Amino acid sequence: MSKLYSGAEIVFKCMKDQNVDHIFGYPGGAVLPIYDELQNFKSIKHVLVRHEQGAGHAAEGYARSSGKPGVILVTSGPGATNVVTALTDAYMDSIPLVCISGQVPTHLIGTDAFQECDTTGITRPCTKHNWLVKDINDLASTIHKAFEVATTGRPGPVLVDIPKDIQFQKTKYKKPKKEKKLNGKSHNHFNQNSIDHLIDLMSKSSKPIFYTGGGVINSGPKASELLRELVYATGFPITSTLQGLGSFPGDDNQFLGMLGMHGTYEANNAMHDCDLMINIGARFDDRITGKIDEFSPKSKKVHIDIDPSSINKNVKVDLAIVGDVKTVLSSTLKSLKQKKSKFLKSNKQKTSKWWEKIQKWRSVRSLDYIGSEETIKPQYAIERLYELTKDKDSYITTEVGQHQMWAAQHYKFNKPNRWMTSGGLGTMGYGLPAAVGVQVAHPKKLVIDIAGEASVLMTIQEMSTAVQYNLPIKIFILNNQYMGMVRQWQELLHDKNYSESYTAALPDFVKLAEAYNCVGIRAKTPEELDDKIIEMLNTDRPVIFDCMVDKVENCFPMIPSGKPHNQMILGPKDQENKKITGKGKSLV
Amino acid sequence: MSNSKSAYSFSNKKEKFDTHIIVVWVDNEAGVLARVVGLFSGRGYNIESLAVAQVDEKLKISRITIVTTGTPQVVNQIKLQLRKLVPVHKVADFKREDKAVIFKEMALFKIVGPNNKLESALKACKKYNPVLLDKTKKSNVIQITALRREIDKMSKDLKKFGLVSVSRTGAVAMTRGADIFK
Repeated sequence: MSKLYSGAEIVFKCMKDQNVDHIFGYPGGAVLPIYDELQNFKSIKHVLVRHEQGAGHAAEGYARSSGKPGVILVTSGPGATNVVTALTDAYMDSIPLVCISGQVPTHLIGTDAFQECDTTGITRPCTKHNWLVKDINDLASTIHKAFEVATTGRPGPVLVDIPKDIQFQKTKYKKPKKEKKLNGKSHNHFNQNSIDHLIDLMSKSSKPIFYTGGGVINSGPKASELLRELVYATGFPITSTLQGLGSFPGDDNQFLGMLGMHGTYEANNAMHDCDLMINIGARFDDRITGKIDEFSPKSKKVHIDIDPSSINKNVKVDLAIVGDVKTVLSSTLKSLKQKKSKFLKSNKQKTSKWWEKIQKWRSVRSLDYIGSEETIKPQYAIERLYELTKDKDSYITTEVGQHQMWAAQHYKFNKPNRWMTSGGLGTMGYGLPAAVGVQVAHPKKLVIDIAGEASVLMTIQEMSTAVQYNLPIKIFILNNQYMGMVRQWQELLHDKNYSESYTAALPDFVKLAEAYNCVGIRAKTPEELDDKIIEMLNTDRPVIFDCMVDKVENCFPMIPSGKPHNQMILGPKDQENKKITGKGKSLV
Repeated sequence: MSNSKSAYSFSNKKEKFDTHIIVVWVDNEAGVLARVVGLFSGRGYNIESLAVAQVDEKLKISRITIVTTGTPQVVNQIKLQLRKLVPVHKVADFKREDKAVIFKEMALFKIVGPNNKLESALKACKKYNPVLLDKTKKSNVIQITALRREIDKMSKDLKKFGLVSVSRTGAVAMTRGADIFK
């Protein structure tokens, strides 16, 4: 007879078989049996966070930078509710997470027991799937299934809720079974005809553009390689969403920069005027499309996505290819080589006028800003950070707001999985714990959280985690004392009524760093900025870098609410001419 | 600018709403109905009626029939979103006008009144396979099976005969002929 294992042991045996190296968690009453077993499984390292939300974002950072699912372990009640923000964030940005939560014993469920909450009920809309395990015999297969659901198809978070009595009960352990089909949910549903159709559209187009997103990153590093190959083989221009940055080199001439609300002038105009748009792993989000009925009016649209429900959700497309980006791209390249081996040559002339037009848009230099010798301009700070770190293989996380957009605009990414930012949900407080997770996955690499002073205070307690585990993350705060993006919207849309967007009584971040027993550095002038950044990079400990920047700088270019792609506000001067009035104000 | 509309909020599209009957085959497990219904409420889809019961005891499969209204784009999203749910096996979609599909709802009417009114009530139901489930001196319980709008009409028409209580199911659907939905 095979050995009997307790539920708690089975949790770890499953993790071992799923190749889990790290879990992020916080103990509590309903998961104590599981924490009791931790010491018996030496290959699994537990990272103790300071708040369950931090565990969730750290697991996200871990997953996004390593391609492996992030694993979270929390207790019942508040432990589970605290992780909901991170689960929702992962759901919006398609990040694979497996969250194990403790639950009160089965006989107490439904009695409003201490630290009881309806965890599966609360997390149902923010997970791909969740389970409440009421029978010890289902535990192993449920956890294996959870890993499978989280990582296959469009990735996402899952949750397994395990009552305390189940953690004590004993049964045989079941190894993971390789299931042939996940309930009919395999997602390569395209055929050669669609690929031929795509190549036909590509060869006919004179104003093409690739519009790529996080799906390329999620499909694995190979997908980014194939994307580069395809883009070079076709000579087409390419733009990327916020989540897709890094899948194509940011400093390449064919790259037009990020598109969308704070995208470049050339990317947005090219999207508007193109005759063929090839969407690879992006989802026509409202921050991308702007005014939807004037979105790219003259183009044929192709949409490559692993999730069938993304097709025709916001924008109707002419050709849909449902499949994994990597598989679709490799089929496309194969066919392209077979049928149109001289594609680039024949195509160059056809698209030359298009490239001329793009160069004209480029010459507007929409990311330029007015420099200063007295105060540090936030864009300048990012530029210097990029220049001083570009030779290292660095990983960047961000919080949410102006600093996030400036980072996306001015930091150039050349590899996938190097850029971790909360796009869909827009979670302030994401970046610091995410950096913790990234550093756990990549102990020797440079990990920087480009932060705002308002966002970072939402999860600042995780500095304590970074110090405990010697994770030398760098928190690079663009400190303008305002919730900058809120202030910017108030200036542009609400008659400069800066209601509650100024943070009085901010902490002294240098002293705060010292309190956490890490290193605090402050830069006040452009002159000293480089030296201070170098000092930060040379510090092999966690650093909080307080970069005092211009307080009222706005993030441009910007597609104002209610405008299509080709009506951007370029900068402070342009702003006067394109004042947002009337109904535009109510559109967010 | 004043007449501008935006993807960020308002939509000036006025598309026609169609009524569809969505049939979903699901694993009969805890919370599965909440998942399906939560998907509808969370994404702002309508539910006009809902009928659900286990149809395969061995495989533990339940069949959920949902009557919904929406633009073609919304109905398409409903199907695609439903197919993503882990316990969902297959999703069928029928238009209400579809002649190849049978739709039926069941209703129970309680009529209280003198004998002549009870008889008139039963007569009025003649077209809809009436079954007299319970009879006393003062009351009748009549079961009919019919289309939604027919039951709507009967609920109104029977008032004059002493209708005091109505209980009705959601619609259930099945294709005509030998074919089944795969």
